[in-house]
Amino acid sequence: MPEAGEAAPPLRLGLIGSPNSGKTTLFNALTGLRARVGNYPGVTVERREGDARTEGLDGRRIRVIDLPGTYSLAPISPDEAVVSRLLAGELPGVAAPDALLMIADACSLERSLLLVAQVLRLGKPACLVLTMIDELHARGGDLDQEQLSAALGVPVVAVVGHRGIGLAELRELLPNLETWGRPPLPPPDDPRERSHWAESVLHHVLKRPASRSRVSDAVDRVVLHPLGGTLIFSAVMVLFFQLIFAWATPAMDVIDAAVGALSGVVRSVLPAGLLADFLTDGVLAGVGSVVVFLPQIILLFSLLYFLEDLGYMARAAFVVDRVMGRIGLEGRAFVSLLSSYACAVPGIMATRTIPSPRHRLVTILVAPLMTCSARLPVYALLIGAFVPATSVWGPIGLQGLVLLGLYLLGSVSALVAAAVLNRTLVRGEGLPFYLELPPYRMPPLKLVASQVWSSAGAFLKRAGTIILATSVVLWVLITFPRPDVSAVATGTTAQLEHSAADALELSAADALEYSAAGRIGHAIEPVIAPLGFDWKIGVGLLASLAAREVIVATLAQVYAAAAEDEISLREAIRNDRDPRTGDPVFTPATVASLLVFFVFALQCMSTLAVMRRETNSWRWPAFAFGYLLALAYGASFLTHRVVHALTT
Amino acid sequence: MPSEPKNGSLAEIPLGTTAKVVSVEAPEPVGGRLADLGFLPGTRVTYLRRAPLGDPGVYELRGTQLCLRRTEARAIRVRVGA
Repeated sequence: MPEAGEAAPPLRLGLIGSPNSGKTTLFNALTGLRARVGNYPGVTVERREGDARTEGLDGRRIRVIDLPGTYSLAPISPDEAVVSRLLAGELPGVAAPDALLMIADACSLERSLLLVAQVLRLGKPACLVLTMIDELHARGGDLDQEQLSAALGVPVVAVVGHRGIGLAELRELLPNLETWGRPPLPPPDDPRERSHWAESVLHHVLKRPASRSRVSDAVDRVVLHPLGGTLIFSAVMVLFFQLIFAWATPAMDVIDAAVGALSGVVRSVLPAGLLADFLTDGVLAGVGSVVVFLPQIILLFSLLYFLEDLGYMARAAFVVDRVMGRIGLEGRAFVSLLSSYACAVPGIMATRTIPSPRHRLVTILVAPLMTCSARLPVYALLIGAFVPATSVWGPIGLQGLVLLGLYLLGSVSALVAAAVLNRTLVRGEGLPFYLELPPYRMPPLKLVASQVWSSAGAFLKRAGTIILATSVVLWVLITFPRPDVSAVATGTTAQLEHSAADALELSAADALEYSAAGRIGHAIEPVIAPLGFDWKIGVGLLASLAAREVIVATLAQVYAAAAEDEISLREAIRNDRDPRTGDPVFTPATVASLLVFFVFALQCMSTLAVMRRETNSWRWPAFAFGYLLALAYGASFLTHRVVHALTT
Repeated sequence: MPSEPKNGSLAEIPLGTTAKVVSVEAPEPVGGRLADLGFLPGTRVTYLRRAPLGDPGVYELRGTQLCLRRTEARAIRVRVGA
């Protein structure tokens, strides 16, 4: 019992259910999206907790714990082990829940009861929430809730989370969670007897079974048809990239203009000098050129989450499983790789659902080859600046096709790398492959929005921390040490006035070369010259080791420092010329080489860190960094040679 | 029922057929997981669909649709027409 005057620890309520049971929607409904997201100690399974909007009887808070979706309490992967260990109170620093809320899809109760039986055996106060009850009725099924409650010995509530049906009833039950029922006789432990138990419960409870979802059936006849399925799969992919590029542009222009305007305000308010330079060229230019890609990232995540919640992602995994099997992986690795299109970090974390350690390791090692959203700013800048916006066929433009080509190059390389790794480096036996195809369900837009919001927030947080810090360090490196100004100010006043513009430009460019960043860039120039990169790109590449998109911010700073007037970065790099030869710095060969370098290189601290956590050693991240750098260097070198030969 | 009950593996039944699970003959953890997913003796399983590339297949059981590869389906002994 809590001491008087001290805040009592919150009651802990665990949400447990299989994947696709509607657990996340219910969690959001109970907590009102006030979730704390973190990781379980020692593992990287996402830990989501939030306080319920309802309090316990004695005013104690109720902490809702969203357990990872699982089919069974007998774990066969590290991901699943979290659930059983947490329930047993074996996770260090995480108290076992006081009561359990079991979530079961009413349409697949026959299967869900197998998990319910295992949970009931734990002997904790429990309550069963039936989701998708509206769908059960729509599919002609019906069940007796009271009978079910009597058979299980625990309260049963039917809830349609996104419509708010049944939530009031559930909230009334919450305060009494410590007195929820326990089954008078625990269900059997033996799988065979458990099956008989489930059958007999169902026999008493189910008035009419649901027929197969006619909509899902009809859609699947097309979506999983050999020809139709392949066409739809390809169409979704093309649409994916075309939309990200075409639809995001107006919003990106607005953000770009806003950052420019803000920069102007800072310049007009503050006196010209270091502080104004720091705020505009350092902070605003750095963060602004990353935030500008937020619209693309939001669109990408929206589409990914929408397709996932709709039920299409599982179909996609089903359609490509054979291909993944060829390279020694499985359909779920595809889902993980597809998530890596957004960001390799969630993609690598998603590999925890892959039961086989070998499949998992290979997937982790090749995930960084998938074109993540951090590459988009780099691709967008270079494609926008150097690929003409001409139409190839109707609405299909050349820029979109080049982007698609880069995505394909990354994806195909990932598959080839996986096949090679599977046959050489990583060996071991496989575990069963299984994948549930949930019925198609129009996802509640609120759910999609909340997922997009948390992902976009994570991206912004990155822009706010890693990238801001890198921007500031870079600004310092680019600004200091400063050349002696008096050295430039020679000659008569008339001469100076005559060539004022030239002198200014010369001094800014000189200052950049004179700075610490310029010197580092020059120092590595011999190494990167074979790839067609000059010292300014070298500065960008070094900075991008922290995170790929930082190169855009760096180039923005480098060119803002080199060009005195406010011309956009695209134009600046397009017009940049080698001061010695007068040739453009960004030749077609250099642009192609730089794009290819970004397809392969693993320039991302977060990815390396998450690899280290997932594999529990620096060996694999070091290996991944090394093999991808070698691949990047070799491919860029070849690309530069070939394109150079073709264009001159 | 016009045809005689026939025993075989789940991987052998024709598309659209419903069969009853007799046993699951796979080493752990494969066998245990297939049981967790509902492949238990007496369970009715319908072979619904084949992937465009021939494998895996979609099976309906206990109100859900599951994809299994031929390899796993072979481990599940079923009886057709019983």
